[in-house]
Amino acid sequence: MKPAPFAYFAPESLDEVLALLTENGDEAQILAGGQSLIPMLALRMASPTVLIDINRIPELQRLKETERGLEVAACVRHSELLRYAQASVRWSLLAQAIREVAHSGIRNRGTICGSVALADPAAEAPAYAVALGAEILLKSRRGERRVAAEDFFLGIYETAREPDELIVAASMPAPTVGWHFAFEEITRRRGDYAIAGLCAGMRIAEGRIAEARLVFFGVADRPTRALHAEALLADGNPKDPELRAAAAVAARNEIEVMDSAEHSASYKRHLVHVLSRRVLSLLAVDGGAE
Amino acid sequence: MTFDFAAREIGRSQPRTQSRRLLAGRGRYSDDENRPGQLHACFLRSPYPHAAIRSVDRDAAAAHPGVAGVFVWEDLAPICKPWRTVSKAFPGLQSPTQHPLAAGRVSFQGEPVALVLATSRAVAEDAAELIEIDYEPLPAMADYKRWREEDVPLVHPTMNNNLAWCCDIVEGDVDAAFAEAALIVEDEIVFTRHTGVPLEPRTVLAETDPATGEFSVHISHQMPHQLQLHLATFLDLPMSSVKVITGDVGGGFGIKMHVYADEFAVCAAAHMLKRPIKYVADRHESMLADVHAREHVVRARMAVDGAGNITAFDIHDLHGIGAYSVFPRSSTMETVMALRPIGAAYRYSAYRAHADVILQNKSITGQYRSVGHPIATTVTERLVDRAARALGKDPLVFRRSNFVRSEDMPLTNPAGLRMLDLSHEMCLDCLIDLIGYEHLKEFVEVGSDQHRLLGLGFAAFVEMTASGTEAYGRAGVQVAAVDSVTLMLEPDGSLKASASLCEIGQGIDQGLRQIIADGIGIRSSKIVLTLGETANSTHGGGAWASRGAAIGGEAAYGAAKRLRVEILAVAAALLQCSVETLDIVDGEVVDRSGTMRISLRELAETVYFRGYELPPELQPQLGVTHSYRREQDAAIPTNGIQASLVEVDAETGLVRCLKHWVVEDCGRIINPLLVDEQIRGGVVQGIGAALFEACVYDQDAQFQTGTLADYLLPMAGEMPDIVIAHVETPYSGSVLGAKGAGEAGTCAAAAAVLNAVNDALARRDAAVSETPITPQLILQALGSIDREIAS
Repeated sequence: MKPAPFAYFAPESLDEVLALLTENGDEAQILAGGQSLIPMLALRMASPTVLIDINRIPELQRLKETERGLEVAACVRHSELLRYAQASVRWSLLAQAIREVAHSGIRNRGTICGSVALADPAAEAPAYAVALGAEILLKSRRGERRVAAEDFFLGIYETAREPDELIVAASMPAPTVGWHFAFEEITRRRGDYAIAGLCAGMRIAEGRIAEARLVFFGVADRPTRALHAEALLADGNPKDPELRAAAAVAARNEIEVMDSAEHSASYKRHLVHVLSRRVLSLLAVDGGAE
Repeated sequence: MTFDFAAREIGRSQPRTQSRRLLAGRGRYSDDENRPGQLHACFLRSPYPHAAIRSVDRDAAAAHPGVAGVFVWEDLAPICKPWRTVSKAFPGLQSPTQHPLAAGRVSFQGEPVALVLATSRAVAEDAAELIEIDYEPLPAMADYKRWREEDVPLVHPTMNNNLAWCCDIVEGDVDAAFAEAALIVEDEIVFTRHTGVPLEPRTVLAETDPATGEFSVHISHQMPHQLQLHLATFLDLPMSSVKVITGDVGGGFGIKMHVYADEFAVCAAAHMLKRPIKYVADRHESMLADVHAREHVVRARMAVDGAGNITAFDIHDLHGIGAYSVFPRSSTMETVMALRPIGAAYRYSAYRAHADVILQNKSITGQYRSVGHPIATTVTERLVDRAARALGKDPLVFRRSNFVRSEDMPLTNPAGLRMLDLSHEMCLDCLIDLIGYEHLKEFVEVGSDQHRLLGLGFAAFVEMTASGTEAYGRAGVQVAAVDSVTLMLEPDGSLKASASLCEIGQGIDQGLRQIIADGIGIRSSKIVLTLGETANSTHGGGAWASRGAAIGGEAAYGAAKRLRVEILAVAAALLQCSVETLDIVDGEVVDRSGTMRISLRELAETVYFRGYELPPELQPQLGVTHSYRREQDAAIPTNGIQASLVEVDAETGLVRCLKHWVVEDCGRIINPLLVDEQIRGGVVQGIGAALFEACVYDQDAQFQTGTLADYLLPMAGEMPDIVIAHVETPYSGSVLGAKGAGEAGTCAAAAAVLNAVNDALARRDAAVSETPITPQLILQALGSIDREIAS
């Protein structure tokens, strides 16, 4: 369990990082929190020839509230965002979801952007990024672009990032008035990757569901919205149990679940249904209080 | 010799003296040892479960900078003998010869094929990637349930079939008992492989002293003397030139007591090269190549007569042991220990068991904490619960009416186990109080609804501990069941001591020191005990079968009493009084009035520095060794009962253990704190077995659970409070009366959890008979999801 040899760079400016990425492309890996990368190196599941440590670059450390929302830079740790989110009801989805990211030691080192970059289908960060309508900020020597989280995740460990690009931040728009969120995930042990999870949001206006967003993770090859269920909910009454039941069935029927060695497709599909019912009834309580 | 019940330290909770050092990060584990010029070892292991090795090209690896050597079996063959597991206890055992590195063929994934030695582990791993092995993959035997079928691949082409061993144990008229039964209950229970997962992986540092030729091995191990013997045998060295030191050991659980191919390859290479070599198994290797345990399918039936008495058991066990039977103890020891304790807590008259032990192209299995007993207890307690339910009886009432009672003992039961000094009824009384049974039943009723199913489960158990000299002796297997303690009084009145026992985190060092302290009349804080070094102790057992207190304790007490006699003889001579008038209290010799007459320091100084003051012909022996072997009882039975309260989420299938209780009887308790924590740790491993842990292989015998993200260990967050109480029935065959305590928690915890889950599922007329109880199993049992097979 020792990594294969690699060249290690610890640049102090973003320009240097981008230059190294341009130069090395696929051969390079970015080291931020290292909570997934280091074990993969140790197991020689990943053998990059170049490791670019971005922890010394000041502008990649910041968590800042901007006009567009919350900008979570590349080196912001899960625990830092969790502390921030816990201070405001507006970010309740983040507070609920990040609490379930692994264990405190891992949250203290691991980064949100690292989790987004890895794109593990069972991880929380890609899912809440999609649920919040986040944008991923990518920079390379060629320029800068923003990709909607929903378009960013392409499959298991597969994203829209080009080899010469660095994820400099994830930008989370602040939920507008009326949005309510709920979160639940199923794990056999606290802190494990989810067998199945759901980030759900509803914008309630005048007692009706103006907009709904159901993002499942751990069940498909990427965080996946249940668009039919969302459409079914739109304009409905969040307190209507039959509507919620119908939406849960719709979600179960539409999500294309992927089985794994441990968990059958049948079990995952069942969990999509259970999670939908549970989370929607949580939202009914929360959203109905308007 | 009798035990003085005015004991000052025996029976008192005291933390281990090592705790401070270990918690401060000052432990000295084998990996903390380093030698100038040492090489680091890395193994290239087979990626195939079964393959012939056509050729090995190691030129590139050998030429890699920093590499000192790349070895295959042919290189080691001139200096290291292979081994084959043979035991008179398992006549006809089929287990081919094992080699430290694969000899032309690999028969399980992870089998070491080549050994790379380099200046660092990282360099060794780099070089290992350069070795090219031309494998010819062979069909692998994965599904042992199909072992009788014709098209099943052979684990070893040299054998005609995959049957390693089979046995029948029959006593009494089983067929008549079943023919006459008013009730027959049966079940088929599936047990999945586990492994012990000690925190510190297996580690070895082997070196030869070029000046003396002494070969010394620093190793994380449970029985240094046994290892010394095998090293001497296989490397053809006199035992006197082989030294084994264990240092601090970060957990054993039975995993660190076997002859491992990788460890012996390292030792052979170090002996050959005359250079120190270190090998530390990484976690992936540990999961793959540490012994696994407990892969069984047991079909069991139990007969109950019209009066509600259990009359007979009829058992069929299928046991998958991996590619070989482990050396030297044999994997089949688990088979027998899964069979014989079945029904041991109960009176019954007829017993029949058949076991087929099957080789597989999987990792070798071996002894793991509470060897076999968790299987036996789970099988028994499932049947007992089924019978109670079928008869409409309270599960505890049914158990009580069938328990082996105090007046029934001693007895040798139909399965051949000798039962004595057990306290089933008292433990049950204690448990009923401890859990608040009536209230708890109400809690379970009231707290359950359609989605939240609560359940309460029980498991009574008998655990055979502290194996005596017959267990391996009669089998012709060189395993010592005797242990020895050596005590040496220092000139300042303190005591240095050594023993053949081994400290692996269980706290036996503390326990022995408390016994020695009381045996002499000094404080345990004045005793420094060195364990785990072959050079300073008489050949003995080490750490296995919960023997420390029951066997090591007797040796320690015997040694202490002998030293006490020597000390008092000197004191009586110096004080010119009779020995009978003197006593030793807190390190001082006192007279009948309790007045101090001479301190041990003054006495020892006189003996060592002013011997001329002693009377003629007095030759004080202030260094004594006492060995103890138990003369009767092949093992000491212990007993107890566990209860578990669980919550089943009928929607997700998740099971949460809310609380767990243990009442156990390990005889005289030397240190209640250590006993309780041994039981708690054991219970956690049992809950792990019931709910989480599984060494999974796919249908092609490819190992699936090579990391701790895949092999689910029970974590603190999932563990309930574990409440412990004791009944103390001293073992009547020894002075101290201590019995084994280290494995009792593991023995019955999984059974109690399984029964609790089934109590919960019974609300919905469902049941599970497989561990670990995964959420999918629960939902399949409830009919919520299909029984489709995951990919």
